[in-house]
Amino acid sequence: MSLLGASWRWLRDLKAGAVGLLVGFLIVAGALIGPLLAPESPFDFVGAPFDLPSSYALLGTDLMGRDVLSRLLWGGMQILGLSAVATLAGVLIGTLLGIICGYLKGTTDDIIMRLLDVAMAFPQTVLALLFLSILGPKPWLIATLVTAIHIPQVARVMRSVALRVSEEDYIRYAEAIGLSTRRIITREILPNLTAPLMVELGLRFTYSIALIAGLGFLGLMADPSAPDWGMMINENRIGMLSNPWAVAAPVFILAILTIGTNVFTDALTGTRRAKPTLPVEETEVSATAGKIVGSGNNEAEK
Amino acid sequence: MTEDYKEMLAPRATRLALEVRNLRVSVAGSDVDIVKSVSLGLVPGEILGLVGESGSGKTTVGLALLAYCRKGLRISGGSVRIDGQEVLSLSARELKKARGRLVSLIPQDPGTALNPILRIGTQLIECYADRRSATEDKLLELLRLVKLPDSPAFLRAYPHQLSGGQQQRVGIAMAFANRPRVIVMDEPTTGLDVTTQSHVLDTIRSLCKEHAVAAIYVSHDLAVVGALCDRIAVMYSGQIVELGSTAQVLSSPAHPYTRALIDAVPDLDRDTAVTGIPGSAPEPSHRPAGCPFSPRCTYAEHRCTGAFPPMTEIRAGQIVHCVRANEIRVDPPSARPVEHESAEERSIALAVSDLEAFHGSVQVLKGLSFTIHRGSCVALVGESGSGKTTTARCLAGLHRDQRGQVLFDGELVPPHASERSLHLRRRIQYIFQNPYASLNPRRTIGQSVAMALQQFEPTSSAEARRRVVAALDEVSLPSTSADRYPHQLSGGQRQRVAIARALIVGPELLICDEVTSALDVSVQAVVVELLTQLRRDRNLAMLFVTHNLAVARNIAQNVAVMQSGRIVEFGKVQDVLHSPTADETQRLLADTPRFAFSVP
Repeated sequence: MSLLGASWRWLRDLKAGAVGLLVGFLIVAGALIGPLLAPESPFDFVGAPFDLPSSYALLGTDLMGRDVLSRLLWGGMQILGLSAVATLAGVLIGTLLGIICGYLKGTTDDIIMRLLDVAMAFPQTVLALLFLSILGPKPWLIATLVTAIHIPQVARVMRSVALRVSEEDYIRYAEAIGLSTRRIITREILPNLTAPLMVELGLRFTYSIALIAGLGFLGLMADPSAPDWGMMINENRIGMLSNPWAVAAPVFILAILTIGTNVFTDALTGTRRAKPTLPVEETEVSATAGKIVGSGNNEAEK
Repeated sequence: MTEDYKEMLAPRATRLALEVRNLRVSVAGSDVDIVKSVSLGLVPGEILGLVGESGSGKTTVGLALLAYCRKGLRISGGSVRIDGQEVLSLSARELKKARGRLVSLIPQDPGTALNPILRIGTQLIECYADRRSATEDKLLELLRLVKLPDSPAFLRAYPHQLSGGQQQRVGIAMAFANRPRVIVMDEPTTGLDVTTQSHVLDTIRSLCKEHAVAAIYVSHDLAVVGALCDRIAVMYSGQIVELGSTAQVLSSPAHPYTRALIDAVPDLDRDTAVTGIPGSAPEPSHRPAGCPFSPRCTYAEHRCTGAFPPMTEIRAGQIVHCVRANEIRVDPPSARPVEHESAEERSIALAVSDLEAFHGSVQVLKGLSFTIHRGSCVALVGESGSGKTTTARCLAGLHRDQRGQVLFDGELVPPHASERSLHLRRRIQYIFQNPYASLNPRRTIGQSVAMALQQFEPTSSAEARRRVVAALDEVSLPSTSADRYPHQLSGGQRQRVAIARALIVGPELLICDEVTSALDVSVQAVVVELLTQLRRDRNLAMLFVTHNLAVARNIAQNVAVMQSGRIVEFGKVQDVLHSPTADETQRLLADTPRFAFSVP
């Protein structure tokens, strides 16, 4: 009862965030139930290539003469699903590594962070392309690669926050009564990182979408004939003058989704309830400039 | 009454340096008053102490004198005249000029008030309107004025290279740079230890007198105000309830609130126990009609609940807002003497011998030996940096790098908590200095207290809940507070939660690390009373770390005085305070602010 009430009060505080959340929710919901609403099969040829919008194809046709609207409604499942999986996995693992480093410090911290530094030193997209070309484009591989790209960056941000939280007296108290390290990490530190965690989730989700859409644009999605927003932009750009909707529609949806998620996470940072231990500006800095914090703050953190 | 109010509010003088009339500060966009109708007058060179608990509006009044208020508030009425000039009606541009020249502020925490990346000299130059006029000679003279080393090297130092006292002196120098007419000081010495505090107070006093600067000293500590100020204004719930000369207010207080505040101050010269004020000040939006203090007042009667009591001048210069002021003034104080208990005949709980501790390569503790008897309290006293807190942390198992022998009940205590047995960790409990950091903000009070219980004796959640409510009850917190979050409680309430959390596991030794230093004097008294009662009821051994000898006298049977990592004097509290042998003890005693008066 109190959980429901509390989360409602929390949402009510968001205002701008509510708009962002609504936009994101509409697009995700649209992508999920889209296949049910699609007037045509995304693989059927319904007209000539690059037809302008008409009564049988509301957004016109693409380069193969397939219905753009139907492909749009089908095309979100894969990209959103993969993004969600990669974001959750990346943020979860990155957060745990970050807290472990920030709380335990010392040798553990050094070993984990140096390994993550090595991983960060490679150009990520190039590395992803390398693996995709060796192992072939498979959905699980794309999700794993995007997860791996997120982990070092998330770990950096969460470590800097965990460093501060683990200096608090309530952590000293937990140590003094002999709470196990696992419980200190999961019960004492983690709940105090909710604010940066939410921001990271939102931010990483938009990064995931951008990355996976980029891979789709390069034609590296698992099934080249399957509808995908990123790939639609690429394959249809040759007919942009004949039917601009075939490119504009997926671009528009990706842009709206990214903006919506960003507005929502921005609002999260600003709400009082979401940041019990951190001043606003610190959360914002560490979230929006994850890389800068990661590389620049190294000395200051020690 | 209004015609001659000037004479009632300030000594007869040709021209007032500061004249405040019916000052009102409200929450923006509502008619909730934080400060309502405050009137004051100060002559040049006079220091007025503005005293009250947290939330009384004293800092808000102080800032309003600079025509400033916190975000979300607005100055909604009244007038502030400094040297005859109205400040509240100035334009933003004129205000910028007035602040620092006409009226200036010495903030509470000098550590955060100074810019860490600018040199002291640069920051001093910034105070001057015409920066070219700030020659090095002028800056050095300014440093001499506040008794800082007047060397060019000092001007090139950064704030972090200075001690807390020196930083505060720089703050004072910046406030005095333009010789303002009025200076507002917002608890400038709360973060300093007694010795530094007493030196800084001396400097402030002589500067105000020599340069005829009027000063408002905002503080919750009557002992400090009594030592420094010429007159005292006691604030409660946004209003001045009593105003008079320091001698008048402290030696014959006529408002029940003033009396209660005085009883809460631990004093070296009085042989009375501190008494807390029950309850807490009302929220600005829920202030009762009539006298706002009446719900907490032992003298309250039906007349008190009607309207705010009118101002009565009970003698020249002393005004008070209380319908029973004349009766209360002559009522003898209900002081209870401090009970002297002897600890010697009891068994030894904790025996420390040759305790040494290190921070990296620096040796912080250089061989401490002392014992704590069951049912008795040892106070650990010393100035900051003497190693008090490190000692407490060593015993609590929070400092790994220590040597020496610690025996608890004849059992050897390993240095770190992780090496200690569950039984031992339960029996030694630690209470932190800062109640704002020692409770997990993400847990309810009930969850925090239950966590301690579950760690040592896993019980069903219903049983845990019952025990938690009982523990909260023992520290006088209602059972409803179990479902609150720490940020919903006041500092004093949080510290009581921390005490409940330590008590619920049934400890035998309680280590209290400056547990009252973050609290108001009135709340400190409540906590001291509570700890004393718990020590007696549960036969607890206690180590109480404090920098205030007067507090030590109220809570402890034995006192250990520390200086740079060593105990320089140990003995019964009354012996040490009455006939100190160590130089350090004598120095601490001399620096502790005291009331130079007697309550009739």
